[in-house]
Amino acid sequence: MPTFVYMTRCDGCGYCVDICPSDIMHIDETYRRAFNIEPNMCWECYSCVKACPQNAIDVRGYADFAPLGHSVRTLREEEKGTISWKLKFRDGREKSFVSPIRTTPWGSIRPPGDYESPSPDGLRTQELAHEPEALHVDRLPTLTKDKLKRGVL
Amino acid sequence: MFETNPFSALFDTISPTVMQAFVLSMIALVVAGTLFDLAHKKSARYFFENARRNRGTRTIGTAEKVSLVLKTALVDWLAAGEFCNSQRRIAHLLTMYGFLAYIVATVAMVFGHPETADDTPVIWPLLWHLGALLVFIGGCWFWLLQRVDVAAEGRSRFRVVRADLFILALLANVTAALIWSYLLSDGRGGWSNIALGLYLTSAMILFGSVPWSKFSHMFYKPAAAFQKRVEDANGSRANLPLPVDAPATLGSARTPPANY
Repeated sequence: MPTFVYMTRCDGCGYCVDICPSDIMHIDETYRRAFNIEPNMCWECYSCVKACPQNAIDVRGYADFAPLGHSVRTLREEEKGTISWKLKFRDGREKSFVSPIRTTPWGSIRPPGDYESPSPDGLRTQELAHEPEALHVDRLPTLTKDKLKRGVL
Repeated sequence: MFETNPFSALFDTISPTVMQAFVLSMIALVVAGTLFDLAHKKSARYFFENARRNRGTRTIGTAEKVSLVLKTALVDWLAAGEFCNSQRRIAHLLTMYGFLAYIVATVAMVFGHPETADDTPVIWPLLWHLGALLVFIGGCWFWLLQRVDVAAEGRSRFRVVRADLFILALLANVTAALIWSYLLSDGRGGWSNIALGLYLTSAMILFGSVPWSKFSHMFYKPAAAFQKRVEDANGSRANLPLPVDAPATLGSARTPPANY
């Protein structure tokens, strides 16, 4: 479901350009509004749709599962911590959903920069950096040779 | 320099009628360019079709429509309320008010006081210079530092694309105007004629390039802002969900992206 931009709503702020993980939202060279340069590469993450302060980005469904005439719109209200969805089917039915953006208070999760740099010895273990304490568990299950079935090694 | 009508220096060599005809032809170019743009891009048709599609669930009365027009004028147009980025908003307001002051003062000086410099009230040349300065500051701030293709896409700030035609023509015009006024006040006739040539050329590019530049956005954007307010009022909201009435428990203020 590639994204597209309502040019009359877009004010060219660039939030979608900044957030797009595929780097396919760019600024048009004629009108200085955002546009999707490569719809085939859009992975439908909805990041730009949610980030757009003008609600100027919409998603066009592929015709095989989202027939023409439908609408899927989302509204991000960060001050309330909610994401709302409104689905409108082409026969007129509507469905609405509201989800929390997160379930923990803002600032309660330590960003990676707050952790100490992992030691090079960590490369010899199967654990990722700061595991297991970052996961709030004592230890992670580790696969050892004696647990493998005969014939695997 | 700031208190002298720069056009009065031209009245000895150029008839006021010719200068007034030039200003009128620039206005005519803007009107013709915008109408051509409307027809070519079918913008008006798009607006009306959009309005028909988003009629909503309730009818808006005349009083409410007037209130929406006033809100659009006061918030979206005069205060540039649609901008979410405060720096862009300030730069836009500087450029917009500077341009309005510059244009109004130009028309007042060319049409209202075409005889000698002494006739011109000080307010008009002051407004003309102040307007040009505001456009220069706001325009340079936007073009050099705030363009998204520069700030977010990492492009060179000196890369020029078609979208820059309007802002660069505007900047060239006010810069040439200020230089021309300075050279006139300094008594450098030859150099001031070169600056005058640049001033007139950039004016012709600015007002003559409406179909290819972003000039007409100053007419389209208020119309789009009004349509957005109508859609919110009539309940269609462009199919957007209604705002949540839940208490703000885990929310936060929006922070501008700063990944680059």
